[in-house]
Amino acid sequence: MADSKTKPANDIERHTLTVLVDNEAGVLARVVGLFSGRGYNIESLTVAEVDPMARTSRITIVTSGTLQVIEQIEAQLRRLVPTHRVTNWTDARNGAKAGIEREMALIKVAGTGDKRVEALRMADAFRARPVDTTQSSFVFEITGAPAKIDSFVDLMRPLGLVDVSRTGVAAISRGPEAM
Amino acid sequence: MDKDDTLTRDAGAAAAAAAEAMTGAQMVIRALKDQGVTHIFGYPGGAVLPIYDALFKVEGITHVLVRHEQGATHAAEGYARSTGKPGVVLVTSGPGATNAVTGLTDALMDSIPLVVLTGQVPTHLIGTDAFQECDTVGITRPCTKHNWLVKDVNDLSRVLHEAFEIATTGRPGPVVVDIPKDVQFQTGAYHGPQSIHHRTYRPKTDPDLSAIVKAVEMMAAAKRPIIYSGGGIINSGPEASTLLRELVDLTGFPITSTLMGLGAFPASRPEWMGLVGMHGTWEANHAMHDCDLMICLGARFDDRVTGKVSAFSPKSKKIHLDIDASQINKIVRVDLGIVADAAKALREMIRFWKTQKHKVQTESLKDWWKQIEQWRAKKSLSYKNSDTIIKPQYAIDRLYELTKHRQDVYVTTEVGQHQMWAAQRFHFQEPHHWMTSGGLGTMGYGLPAAIGVQMAHPDALVIDIAGEASVQMTMQEMSTAMQYDLPIKIFILNNEYMGMVRQWQEILHGKRYSHSYSEALPDFVKMAEAFGCVGLRATQPSELDGKIAEMIAVKKPVLFDCRVDPAENCYPMIPSGGAHNEMLLSPDDGGEISDAGKMLV
Repeated sequence: MADSKTKPANDIERHTLTVLVDNEAGVLARVVGLFSGRGYNIESLTVAEVDPMARTSRITIVTSGTLQVIEQIEAQLRRLVPTHRVTNWTDARNGAKAGIEREMALIKVAGTGDKRVEALRMADAFRARPVDTTQSSFVFEITGAPAKIDSFVDLMRPLGLVDVSRTGVAAISRGPEAM
Repeated sequence: MDKDDTLTRDAGAAAAAAAEAMTGAQMVIRALKDQGVTHIFGYPGGAVLPIYDALFKVEGITHVLVRHEQGATHAAEGYARSTGKPGVVLVTSGPGATNAVTGLTDALMDSIPLVVLTGQVPTHLIGTDAFQECDTVGITRPCTKHNWLVKDVNDLSRVLHEAFEIATTGRPGPVVVDIPKDVQFQTGAYHGPQSIHHRTYRPKTDPDLSAIVKAVEMMAAAKRPIIYSGGGIINSGPEASTLLRELVDLTGFPITSTLMGLGAFPASRPEWMGLVGMHGTWEANHAMHDCDLMICLGARFDDRVTGKVSAFSPKSKKIHLDIDASQINKIVRVDLGIVADAAKALREMIRFWKTQKHKVQTESLKDWWKQIEQWRAKKSLSYKNSDTIIKPQYAIDRLYELTKHRQDVYVTTEVGQHQMWAAQRFHFQEPHHWMTSGGLGTMGYGLPAAIGVQMAHPDALVIDIAGEASVQMTMQEMSTAMQYDLPIKIFILNNEYMGMVRQWQEILHGKRYSHSYSEALPDFVKMAEAFGCVGLRATQPSELDGKIAEMIAVKKPVLFDCRVDPAENCYPMIPSGGAHNEMLLSPDDGGEISDAGKMLV
């Protein structure tokens, strides 16, 4: 709390939050409804069951807002009855839990000739690998931080970008501890 | 998986051995009995018939048949707020559930514990647009603390007990349990309340002691302190109110309260400054603005309290006690947040104040009180009375004076000018005696709420201070009052306008009274007679006392048509977008409202 006071209050920041929830019916709607109902942003959202025995699902949300809004989002998420835990990977307030954030994307590029060669060369530089190939198209699979995917998509645009499918961010902490 | 869960499973296994087999419908009734429920408010329909059938044979639970499901929810709210117990509602699927939505939202905004049971179409018809089907859990998700659709009869008893736990603990609120009709018929294992241990729900109620220590140090250092208390004190239970009084005894700090918190501190005591906020007193609002320490106890810095946030109490340090962590720093950034139950935190504050032998800043406090007395001398609640027309303020003053000798007076209200006048002028001494729709501002709340209160307190004097517009929204419940011999008194301040709407149109919209006139009003006296209750009318100040005495004496529901000055406005007032020290005391104060202010509600 002391931290946030020294920063300008109105700066919009992007934060990655992970919510561990009981995997009960409607739990995703609760989380999403909270964001839409209170006017918060969702930039990306990733959700899947992570422990079938304990019936827990992990929801990772990239959101943006002022620090006060981000604090509110965390508090509101904690207030949901099925919530086990909420972790903010972007803000070091809670004992500097550094997180690794990754996103996967499938990117389709169509074209022939030089453009096709250039696309393949770029893909190689980004460690994107072709997972579907025809004489006139590629589907690349790429993993990385969202910014890396953004730049790869930008580079593909003049080379015949047809379609983009992104998973949204998944995040986990560094070191031996759980979230 | 942690140790807790293992323990739960063992406990669960033991309970399962002791489980009884019964139908889902029987489980509902059994769970209500095991939870100590004695009253439910409801309305039957196709999808709850098995539960109503189980109810038919049961003793010890009184079912109150309302005339509209909204009435059931508000009655349950009135019941809950006047007893501290959860209010229980039973309605059918589809329209039964959607009609309950206003009451659910109302209870969510005011933190009232409600357990609402809704019937649902049988599981195999869910999602087929079946007759009287609606997505009840979808519709009620944003207006409940939590909700469930129970698809397996073997989950039903656990869910029902969890529903009561979640509704009544932590920050209280409404919950919905949606029960498909086939689940009501199926037979399964019933478990008692003791077997319940929720997997994730752990409300934090114990205060962090280091924060308490800091709080009492800040209080001891304060030169111009103010206590701003709210509904959290009431919701915590009677002990919190007792402790609040003790804290004021110890410190001599001035105290104000939100609309929701009235009665937690006796209005008769000298430290009491009256209501805070938009229609709060001159002294309460100026003290909020000029204080150097604000001690917010169980309130949430609502926009009706703060006015313009950027000008809100600019010189103060702020302590905020709330049971809900999400309220702290939501609207106003505070210097010290304490997440805890109000009674527990107050108990620790008092303990540390005493053990650490703290003293107040006597000299500064004396000056502060001198300043407060100057503000108080403004007499901001005064008004120009009349011999020929009943002023609404006069009507409430007389109602208060003629009933204040009694300990058992409960007041509910509708929403609007009459509600604010009641909050300003009906002086409450004890908690749980004032039931009003604060957060949602639901016109039509007060009449059914009075039914719920009277059901819980059959011999008490229960008065709904109403407006003629609000009261027509749930007027059908007079029939319920008749059916159950509930002698509620509906005291209608009839000014033939949606008064607060008219007041705002006068101030903000150039006196263009667009659709705020109560045209084609019914004759309330004849209406009362049609319901079989008693109708009274007062048009002259001179006859008011006599009519009020008659109203109180009658052992029947009463509709009291009190014809008041249609032009009267509710003052003092912080115009929208204004700060606490920019109050208007009367229409003569003028007061320009900024364009930004006009945007606010």
